[in-house]
Amino acid sequence: MSAHQADDPGSRLETFSGNRGLQIEEPLIFEQDSPGHCGVDLPEPAPFHSRLGGLERQGPIGLPGLSEPQIVRHFTRLSQKNYAIDAGLYPLGSCTMKHNPRLNEKLARLPGLADIHPLQPVSTVPGALELIDTLAHWLKALTGMPAIALSPAAGAHGELCGMMCIRAALEARGDRRTRVLVPESAHGTNPATAAACGYTVDPIPANATGRVDRAALEAKLGSDVAALMLTNPNTCGLFEREILEIAEAVHRAGAFFYCDGANFNAIVGRVRPADLGIDCMHLNLHKTFSTPHGGGGPGSGPVALSATLAPFAPLPWIVHGPEDLEFIEHKTGAAENSLGRLKGFHGQMGMFVRALAYMMSHGSDGLRQVAEDAVLNANYLRTRLADDLSLSFPGPCMHEVLFDDGFLKDTGVTTLDFAKALIDEGYHPMTMYFPLIVHGAMLIEPTETESRASLDQFVDVVKALAAAARSGDAARFRAAPVHTPRRRLDETTAARKPVLRWRPEPVQREAAE
Amino acid sequence: MSLLRYTKDHEWVRLDGDIAVVGITDYAQSQLGDVVYVELPEIGRQVEQGKEAAVVESVKAASEVYAPVSGEVTEVNDTLAADPAKVNADPMGEGWFLKLRLAHPRELDGLLDEDAYKRFVEDQH
Amino acid sequence: MRYLPLTAPDRAEMLAAVGVDSIDALFADVPAAARLSGPVDLPRAMGEIEVERSLSRMAARNVAAGSVPFFIGGGVYRHHIPAAVDHLIQRGEFLTSYTPYQPEISQGTLQYLFEFQTQVALLTGMDVANASLYDGATACAEAVMMANRVTSRRRAVLSGGLHPHYRQVCATYARFVGFELSAQDPRGGEKLARLIDPSTSCVVVQNPDFFGEVRDYAELARACHDAGALLIVVVTEILSLGAVRPPGAMGADIVASEGQSLGNALNFGGPHVGLFATRDTLVRQMPGRLVGQTVDADGRRGWVLTLSTREQHIRRERATSNICTNAGLCALAFTIHLALLGETGLTQLARLNHAAAVTLSERLELVPGVRLLNRTFFNEFAMRLPRPAAEVVEALAVRGVLAGVPVSRFYPGNAAVADLLLVAATEMTTAEDMDRLERGLREVLS
Repeated sequence: MSAHQADDPGSRLETFSGNRGLQIEEPLIFEQDSPGHCGVDLPEPAPFHSRLGGLERQGPIGLPGLSEPQIVRHFTRLSQKNYAIDAGLYPLGSCTMKHNPRLNEKLARLPGLADIHPLQPVSTVPGALELIDTLAHWLKALTGMPAIALSPAAGAHGELCGMMCIRAALEARGDRRTRVLVPESAHGTNPATAAACGYTVDPIPANATGRVDRAALEAKLGSDVAALMLTNPNTCGLFEREILEIAEAVHRAGAFFYCDGANFNAIVGRVRPADLGIDCMHLNLHKTFSTPHGGGGPGSGPVALSATLAPFAPLPWIVHGPEDLEFIEHKTGAAENSLGRLKGFHGQMGMFVRALAYMMSHGSDGLRQVAEDAVLNANYLRTRLADDLSLSFPGPCMHEVLFDDGFLKDTGVTTLDFAKALIDEGYHPMTMYFPLIVHGAMLIEPTETESRASLDQFVDVVKALAAAARSGDAARFRAAPVHTPRRRLDETTAARKPVLRWRPEPVQREAAE
Repeated sequence: MSLLRYTKDHEWVRLDGDIAVVGITDYAQSQLGDVVYVELPEIGRQVEQGKEAAVVESVKAASEVYAPVSGEVTEVNDTLAADPAKVNADPMGEGWFLKLRLAHPRELDGLLDEDAYKRFVEDQH
Repeated sequence: MRYLPLTAPDRAEMLAAVGVDSIDALFADVPAAARLSGPVDLPRAMGEIEVERSLSRMAARNVAAGSVPFFIGGGVYRHHIPAAVDHLIQRGEFLTSYTPYQPEISQGTLQYLFEFQTQVALLTGMDVANASLYDGATACAEAVMMANRVTSRRRAVLSGGLHPHYRQVCATYARFVGFELSAQDPRGGEKLARLIDPSTSCVVVQNPDFFGEVRDYAELARACHDAGALLIVVVTEILSLGAVRPPGAMGADIVASEGQSLGNALNFGGPHVGLFATRDTLVRQMPGRLVGQTVDADGRRGWVLTLSTREQHIRRERATSNICTNAGLCALAFTIHLALLGETGLTQLARLNHAAAVTLSERLELVPGVRLLNRTFFNEFAMRLPRPAAEVVEALAVRGVLAGVPVSRFYPGNAAVADLLLVAATEMTTAEDMDRLERGLREVLS
């Protein structure tokens, strides 16, 4: 084993086990199989006659057997290799990585909310309808919109819902339009969604202030434009100041104004999107409303709709009947022009509970404070880092601040290298290389749940790294990260020769035959 | 002797008789980084000059490869499926993408020759 | 406010550092007409006690499945979730982590997703699976769209045995994305192979089907392949694969499934977890996230998100799908539950489910007027009642028994199915539950 080399930033003391203190190497469950073992004790049924019609499985599935202690240890060790909001600041722009309150987890697990089946007689779940209706009420009040579709399962799903409603509305008035305008700074889901709905995507450039170029936008408007998809505040963290004029121009052209609500955290409680002239906006409950990111999901993407678009909302609907809440599951009555279903069953109820608990905890005053603190925190970072990094656009930002790699010019350090060095310092990097309209973008969103001390610590580290890059210490950045469970991984080979599952060793397969 | 021409989108085309061999230039592969996959057209497809003929993927990006000239695809480089790294290692030789039967040989006249392309690349910096 | 760390002095000092007098200055870009002068008309902030009281009151108005004899299936199934599952998924490093875009600090997530992908491939008998989609219904629609891409055709044939929600979701996507569906009658006698023509991209069947019937689709797979079409098999009760021959062994090209039965509570229909598996040759046409194995700079094995150029953040308008989020934590719950079960546990659990359903079917067949329609089934079957099933279900609900799903809930106005009731039994169904259902049915039908 090699000795510890104190001067080499890339070396570490080798251990016999390969473990490093609390960082424990953990194989796959398939590599820990004790055939016949089980982590669950189940009874044996009384004898019965199979009704599978001879279609029983022939041969083993190949799943490994482990005991409960082994499983708990396995997943505990895996968890220790993950960064998380609970562990530290996660300054990912456009993701809104705020604290996930644990009250929400407790309430989502109440049997009356978790242990109810979507197909129970509606008379047995009035509380579920009430909860969903209450959530809808809060979201309508915050957006100022008269209607909300709750079934989309995630933000991108909500975008699809919104664009489908727009297309349905246009078809209903016999208006065939083929183009959708999307800013170049937009998140990739926007053009992907528009294309999925059968539209051609026409990009709009940004102007020198980082906002959408209104003249270019108006020049592209025409009677063949179905919609503008705009994010506000935009993906550069800036409020589109000309939004009222833009909305007017879009409507004059007979088109619809879709707003991507990913950045609602900047304005919640201070601005109602309806007052900005939008027709349709999706919300991300897993961003603005704190439902946990869970390593990549589940999300929830309700869509606020104007009165014109409301009739097309997907099923199911919960409406106020003469006496009670009514549950509409088919295209009948008021819902006859609904899009139909976008998802099985009724939507992400588990996320509705969490989001409502979050909103009720904050109240309208607290939610307004959320936006203010989110914007203040981002501007505080902007002010303190403006001299060390290169601010892409002048002036105040909203809830996130955009830098680019200008400050790294001639240092031999890229945005990627800078981010990997930040990992060694104990931080998840900011969003990198997005939006595409600046070079080597670094988009930082602290959120309102970071304390001043947390921000100051982050600023100190980023300043130190920027200084290190400028002083020529490129080696540190290129080697980074060195203190993590794994160092930089070979993504090229992973894409050239994809290995997407575990397979048993060939020698074992031959033995089995 | 075969004729070699370049486009401003960093494709090259080499004429061998009436068959044109198409690939991407060394500059293009260096900009892309490690190539992980190449999406090639079907044999028999008609491609138009300046329109998409293939897609080359790196880990983080997918770039369109435009046909430098119009024609019918007669052959594609199947070896790239197993070894896309050839595009990086030998972009002008073993990393070729496809072969076309030329529809309009005059189209070659409008493309850059070796010197013109070299100057064009230098101006990019 | 307990979730907001900034204090009034913090705010004052930070505003000064930023160089503005008040927070309003940072909202100056908002048009004056759109500025709200005060909080929106909604209740003010509440402490935990009040919030808990409010939501508990709503929860208490609902009949929880575990509190009564319960026989509802219809695409979502009530199973026991071992205690360890919920504890593990609530670890903050799983619950509050993000998509694993920085693999060096996300090996936990990446490794479990790799294990999940392997488990799904093994269960379904397919080559490769993705890291999950929203649910089974959207997975089904994505499967059809993938078949369209692969075959360059745009007409999908849907079996009448496909879950009606899945069929409806396909119809919504078909209308807007631009393809056709030939959806068969739910109780028609289908000869699906005869419906395949040169414009058919795929045939979609469900196994066990919506009415619980289990079939062998090998011959249909051959018919599809002879015509250049794909066979898509949907599985709404993933536990069935602990007992039933998997779609991969029948020649399926894509499997679109719902994974809720493992690790995930009923949750009134969401969040659940969509499973998606296919053949190696089709992997680049798969939607959704994929985790791949590789090595790091020290040569150690690790995992990364891969084949990302299929996805929206790179291909934008040319992506295989607009999907961004997967089902993350729900996939983790599935992985942990299935890891605890293992080969013997899953097989045993499937046996228990089938045994419960067989026992129940034999008892209910003895109730006058009730007829079992299935030749085969796993843990759910269809019965014809002498009266509209919806009324019978309501009458039994009044008697404190949740008897199953009336098919008319999905097909209102369809006389052929008005008398049909879907009844599910799982490892959670006790002998007393069966007594109550049998007795209740006899009473209501007499």
